[in-house]
Amino acid sequence: MASPAKNAKPNPVSAQTQSEGLNESHKKSTNHDISGAEIVIRCLNAEKVKFVFGYPGGAVLHIYDEIYKQNGFKHVLVRHEQAAVHAADAFSRATGEVGVALVTSGPGATNAITGIATAYMDSIPLVVISGQVPVPAIGLDAFQEVDMVGITRPCVKHNFLVKDVRDIAATIKKAFYIAATGRPGPVVVDIPKDITAQKTSFHYPETVELRSYSPVLKGHSGQIKKAVKLLLEAKRPMIYTGGGLVLGDGAPELVKLARTLGYPVTNTLMGLGGYPASDPQFVGMLGMHGTYEANTAMQNCDVLIAVGARFDDRVIGNPKHFLSQKRTIIHIDVDPSSISKRVKVDVPIVGHVQSVLAEMNEILALEMKESGKSTKPDIADWWKQINEWRKVHGGRYENSDLVIKPQYVIEKLCEVTKGDAYVTSDVGQHQMWAAQYYKFDKPRRWINSGGLGTMGVGLPYAMGCQFADKNAQVACVTGEGSIQMNIQELSTCAQYGLPIKVILLNNRYLGMVRQWQEFFYADRYAESYMDSLPDFVKLAESYGHVGMQITKPSDVEGALIEAFAKKDKFVFMDFITEQKENVFPMVENGRGISEMILGKDANGVEVRS
Amino acid sequence: MKHIISILIENEAGALSRVAGLFSARGYNIESLTVAATEDATMSRMTIVTSGSDEVIEQIIKQLNKLIDVIKVLDLNDGKYIERELMLVKVKATPAFKDEMKRMSDIFRGRIIDVADGSYTIELTGSSTKLDAFLEAIDKTAIIETVRTGASGIGRGDRTLKI
Repeated sequence: MASPAKNAKPNPVSAQTQSEGLNESHKKSTNHDISGAEIVIRCLNAEKVKFVFGYPGGAVLHIYDEIYKQNGFKHVLVRHEQAAVHAADAFSRATGEVGVALVTSGPGATNAITGIATAYMDSIPLVVISGQVPVPAIGLDAFQEVDMVGITRPCVKHNFLVKDVRDIAATIKKAFYIAATGRPGPVVVDIPKDITAQKTSFHYPETVELRSYSPVLKGHSGQIKKAVKLLLEAKRPMIYTGGGLVLGDGAPELVKLARTLGYPVTNTLMGLGGYPASDPQFVGMLGMHGTYEANTAMQNCDVLIAVGARFDDRVIGNPKHFLSQKRTIIHIDVDPSSISKRVKVDVPIVGHVQSVLAEMNEILALEMKESGKSTKPDIADWWKQINEWRKVHGGRYENSDLVIKPQYVIEKLCEVTKGDAYVTSDVGQHQMWAAQYYKFDKPRRWINSGGLGTMGVGLPYAMGCQFADKNAQVACVTGEGSIQMNIQELSTCAQYGLPIKVILLNNRYLGMVRQWQEFFYADRYAESYMDSLPDFVKLAESYGHVGMQITKPSDVEGALIEAFAKKDKFVFMDFITEQKENVFPMVENGRGISEMILGKDANGVEVRS
Repeated sequence: MKHIISILIENEAGALSRVAGLFSARGYNIESLTVAATEDATMSRMTIVTSGSDEVIEQIIKQLNKLIDVIKVLDLNDGKYIERELMLVKVKATPAFKDEMKRMSDIFRGRIIDVADGSYTIELTGSSTKLDAFLEAIDKTAIIETVRTGASGIGRGDRTLKI
C-alpha cells in the first residue's frame, strides 16, 4: 500500500486520499527530492523491468532524459508505437513477466491502441506508460493531446491519469499489481509532462492492497471434489484447455491430471503448448480450423472440463448446436465473468488454474487410493471412437512436387527447429497452418493474436521473443499481407541484431479473405489480391539482413536448414506458395463444430463430415 | 425483467464513465442511473435501473465486479428493498387546470413548490411506477415539462451495501 508507515490505516484508501497524508512532509522540495521522470525510472527498476519498448516524443522527453542516465533496463527503440506494445506483449507471453511500453502523447498514444487492445483480448499483463500534455493544458485541445484514459477505457484492465507527482510511485505499483494478478491485462498509466518535471521524495511501496480489487486465488474445495467425482465417473470425458492455462503456468499440473486419468486433451488456438502436441492423448486444436477428432469429441463427450478457456465463438461454433448434446461441464477460470457467459456451466470453479489443478491432482490421488483404483479409468470404447475419428481427416493435405504447399513449409520448419522454436504468427491462413502443423510441446512458445486477430503482430512479436531469449530460435510465420503492416520493424531488428527468421508464406492473396470469398462469395475476390508486392529479398538486404526466395518444394528443407544455421543473422525467407490453398478442416459461421468441411474433391466439391 | 442494481464505487475521476462505458460497450440497457458520494467521501453510491434476462443480469453483475474501481455490487431485486424517485412536473395552472392539478397533487402526496403566472411546479416522490401513474392520471395537455432523478434504492432492514 502506498501510504507511509506513519499513516497506517486499517483500511487501504485510494491513491488520491493517500497523497493527502503525504502533503505536509512534501510541501517543500528537499535535497532528497527527485523528479517525476526519475521516479518513473526508479519504479521500473524496482519492478526489475528488463526491457522497455518505446518511442520518444515531446511529452515524454523528461522521462527519456532519465532513461539516458540509467542502466537498470534496456530501452528498445521501435519504429512505430504499435510495434512497441506488441513487442512488450510478446516479451510477456514468452516469459510470464509484465511487459512494459513507453509512448508519447497524442499520436504516440493512439498508435499504441491496437497493441493495447490486442493484449487485452488475450489477457496479457502489460504496463503502458503514455505521456500527456501538461496538466494545465489538458482539455484545451493542446498540441498532441488525446484523452488517453478515455480512449483506452474499453480495452484495458484499468488505467490511470496521474495528476500529482506524489502519486506516481503508488500508481505504477498498482499498475504492475493489477496487470499481473487475477485475469491479467494491460494497464495504462498516463503521465502529464509537467508532473514528470516536478520533484518529490521517492518511496516505492512494497505491497499494494486495493479494497475494490481482490482476485480469487484458491478454488472452492467442495467444487473441486465434485469435479473430480464427475471426471472419474465419465464415460466420454474431454479436457479442453485455453490461453488461461498457459498464462497461469498451469501446464505441468494439467499434464499430470491428464496422464493420471488418461483422457483426451484438446487445446484452443491460444492454448497450444498447454499440453504437449506430440503426446498420444493430444487430439489437436479445436475450433473453426480444429481437427475433426477434437471437434467431434468435444461435441460428443459426456463430461467436459474447460481449463482457462472461454467457449469463444471460434471454438464452439453455433452454441445452439453445441448445447443440443447433453454433457456436464466443469469450468476452471480465474475470471468469474468468463463462466456461464456463452455456455451454461454445471460446476464452476473460480480460481488460479495452477492452484486449482494442483488441488485437483491431490484430491484425485486420494480418491483413487480410497476406491482402490490404482489404474486409469477405463474409457477404451471412447478412445476407440476417437481413433476412428482421427482417421477421417488426420491433417492430410495434398503435397506437390511443382509448387510449394504452405503446410509443407510449416512441417519442415517444425522438423528443422526440432519443434523447439518460438513461433510467432500474424493473422490469416498462415496462422492456422502454423497452429495446425507446428507441434508445440511447451507452453509460451506459440505467440499469436488469438482474440483480436491483429495483422501485423508477427514481426514485433518475434522481436519480443528474441529479447526474452537471445539464444532461442525465433520464427515469424507470416503472409505478404500481414508482414507489410509492420514491415518498418525490419529496421529495429537491424539495430539490435535480432537473428529472427521470417517465414513468409507468399501466396499473393490475402489468403483467408480469399478463402471466404471462394466459399461464400462465389469466387468474387474483392480486393484480396496483393498487387505490387516489393522484392522482399532486396528489401531485407537493404536493411543489412539476409534475403532468400524459395520457389521449389525440393528447396524448402535445405533453405530452412541454411537459414537457421545463420545463428546471428536475420533471415527473411520468401516462400512462393500455392496461391489458392485452403485451410481445412473448416467450420462455417453459424454451423456446429462437428459439422466440418474436410476439403474439396477433384471436382472442387466440398467434402463434408 | 427490471432490476435495480446498487454499486459502491471509488469516488474517483472517471469512475462513472467506466460504468456507463461498460453498459454501452456490452449492449446492456440503462433505464436510469443516479450517483452521489456517500457519507464516506472516498466512495460513491450508484443506482442503476436496468432490464434483461437472468443470464444478462448475471453478466452485468459479474462485469461490474470486474471493474477495478467497483467495491461492491448488490442486485436489490434479490431481496426486499425500497425504491424512491423524485420528479418535478411543471403543469399549466390556467383556470381550466388549476383545481385538477392541486387535487391530483394532493392525491399523489405531492407538493406544489412553485406557483407562477399560469403554471405550478409539483414535486413528487415515490417508486418509479407511482410517478408514471401520476403522469398517466393528469391531463397530458397540461404538462409543460417534467424532470426525473431516476430511482434510488436501498435494501430493507439488515440488507446493506457497505464495506
